[in-house]
Amino acid sequence: MKSSFVKRLTLAASLMLIGGSAAAQVKIAYIDPLSGPFANVGDAGLKGFKEAAEILVNQKGGIMGQKLEFVGFDNKGSPQESQIQLKAAIDQGFRFITQGNGSGAAHSLIDAVNKWNARNPDKTVLFFNYAAVDPTLTNEKCSFWHFRFDANTEMKMEAISNFMEKDKKIKKVFIIGQDYAHGHQVAKYTKEMLAKKRKDIKIVGEDLHPIGRVKDFAPYIAKIKKSGADTVMTGNWGNDLSLLIKAAKDAGLKARFFTYYAGGLGTPQAMGAAGENQVLQLTEWHMNVPTKNTEKFALDFNKKYPGIWFYYLRVNNMVEMVAKAMNTAKSTDPKAVALALEDMRFQNDTGEVWMRKSDHQAMQPLYISIFSKKDGKTVKHDSEGTGYGWKTLATISQRDSQLPTSCIMERP
Amino acid sequence: MEFVVISLLNGITYGLLLFMLSSGLTLIFSMMGILNFAHASFYMLGAYFAYQISTWIGFWPGLLVAPLLVGAVGAAVERYGLRRAHRFGHVAELLFTFGLAFLVEEIVHLIWGKVAVDYRIPEELDGTLFSLFDTDFPIYKGFMMLISVGMLVALYALLTRTRIGLIIQAALTKPDMVEALGHNVPRIFMLVFGGGTALAGLAGVIGGNAFVTEPGMAAAVGSIVFVVVVVGGLGSLGGAFVASLLIGCIQTFSVAMTLSITDVFAVVGIALPEGSQVARLTITQLAPVLPYMLMVAILIFRPRGLMGARES
Repeated sequence: MKSSFVKRLTLAASLMLIGGSAAAQVKIAYIDPLSGPFANVGDAGLKGFKEAAEILVNQKGGIMGQKLEFVGFDNKGSPQESQIQLKAAIDQGFRFITQGNGSGAAHSLIDAVNKWNARNPDKTVLFFNYAAVDPTLTNEKCSFWHFRFDANTEMKMEAISNFMEKDKKIKKVFIIGQDYAHGHQVAKYTKEMLAKKRKDIKIVGEDLHPIGRVKDFAPYIAKIKKSGADTVMTGNWGNDLSLLIKAAKDAGLKARFFTYYAGGLGTPQAMGAAGENQVLQLTEWHMNVPTKNTEKFALDFNKKYPGIWFYYLRVNNMVEMVAKAMNTAKSTDPKAVALALEDMRFQNDTGEVWMRKSDHQAMQPLYISIFSKKDGKTVKHDSEGTGYGWKTLATISQRDSQLPTSCIMERP
Repeated sequence: MEFVVISLLNGITYGLLLFMLSSGLTLIFSMMGILNFAHASFYMLGAYFAYQISTWIGFWPGLLVAPLLVGAVGAAVERYGLRRAHRFGHVAELLFTFGLAFLVEEIVHLIWGKVAVDYRIPEELDGTLFSLFDTDFPIYKGFMMLISVGMLVALYALLTRTRIGLIIQAALTKPDMVEALGHNVPRIFMLVFGGGTALAGLAGVIGGNAFVTEPGMAAAVGSIVFVVVVVGGLGSLGGAFVASLLIGCIQTFSVAMTLSITDVFAVVGIALPEGSQVARLTITQLAPVLPYMLMVAILIFRPRGLMGARES
């Protein structure tokens, strides 16, 4: 009895294996936090990738007839765990990975991928980075095996500081950030660039807090208030940003917040009316940038996944560019794909995305927008059902967003 | 001055929330000698239950029902789990509660998913209570303080002024005698455990919407409640109260300081090498570890805690 059960089980398992290889797929491992304090961010990203792969690639014929699929690997937001998950993905036959939440994890992955590829030239792995913005990843630490689809902190700060340069109301800036690579970079570039562009602006305070551990931001807000800052610069994301803005709202802080990530993942809900004309963001897209296809894509996405609002246009860019590279190269070999992706110029809904060959950094138009009341015209859509949405204040063309790189790439 | 008052207020608010979290833990420890590692999980359950109830019938019924439900779960855990584990000694109990914490987190994942749920502050409590030096103080924080202080008073009255409190206290030191007098001691223990977890549940109902209700919330507070209990003295309700306020204020004020480590060492006459990683650290950056440093110091210099009754 027992042995026949085991036999049947083996049979079923072997059948499944055969079935699996028959419907060949291009699989990308999504290595990001799916549990812990940033689970919501990782979860939204994975759903975005799955939806983009389905709508933008698989329903349009796929990659040389094969389906593109994203599979989640939970790195719990930790650099160590990322390496374990990378190993697991490689063992399962994945040749492509993507990651975005946390430059710490991105550093760890870029090192691990470089090492793996040097030792296993016949089984190379390619790393698509959709959101880790530490500039060193495409400068000192740049790698042939790494592509970044988001603008890096240096580019983002360049755009924000150009905007601040013209706004004479800004006199005192307070910098607050998460205590890891990204938070440090935001602080560094804010200080450097403001010192160059606006000598009269005073940096009245600078604080780093542990990432994902602070529940009550009231003491930080009290400090910002004491400093007399009229502007707060923060690179915070996820709950660290929602709670920060919630605390500012509770204490009635009147300063304006310049952010990278206030546009999604629960932050608009946390802000509500208190964010009106107080919170600005820099993104590659928002719901009120007039577009042909993305608007519909976003609305459909929001309907399909209640509680998650479409946020990352760069996820769509990445999926389409990777699929295009594979189709052009007529190959799913990581090296061939990387060569096809280099220097690619891709027309998306907001303009041209160019993957610069020298450092594998994507160049794309950027938008600075402010949280404003929905009016049906310039603010056509609200954000996360709050009645408030994003109004474009400035557009940075792809050309203007470009900065020189110090990358000296080792090419295979 | 203005800044000190605001920071003090922030510190006390945070401290009172910590007290809500740790009072149940210290109660269970002092009555039953069980160090409940899953205590913060009951806090999380409270938040999720309250969220679920608030989507059906609103926040106010949830404020009452959710802690009772959590208490019932706690009582069931004691009756069918801990009581059996108890026979195999303290280590088995400890490991049991340790495993329970993971179990609860997985259950929460299964039922409510891995993402934060939209548990909001009721509209009546969303607003400004008063403004002090042009900083607003939200109504909800006042509400939190009220509940926390009410909890302390009610617990104290229950344990020292009522008949059931007397029996509980007697069962603690002389269980055989109490049993001989016809009281059901195991049931008393079950009630104490249920009551302690219900308190954690209540903290969850209130903390869940003040911050974020997500599956990681138990892990985020799990360690700090132990600091409160150890610093206050294992098993001392008054100690836990004092320790909560102390830790709340330490954290708030250390965030507020603009000093760096170099400045601190300069006071005692030690100059740190300039530009090193350590020298650049600020007190603000150290704020989150200060409570743990305090705990280590207390364990070394005063192992029974500030107001603890026994050395353990």
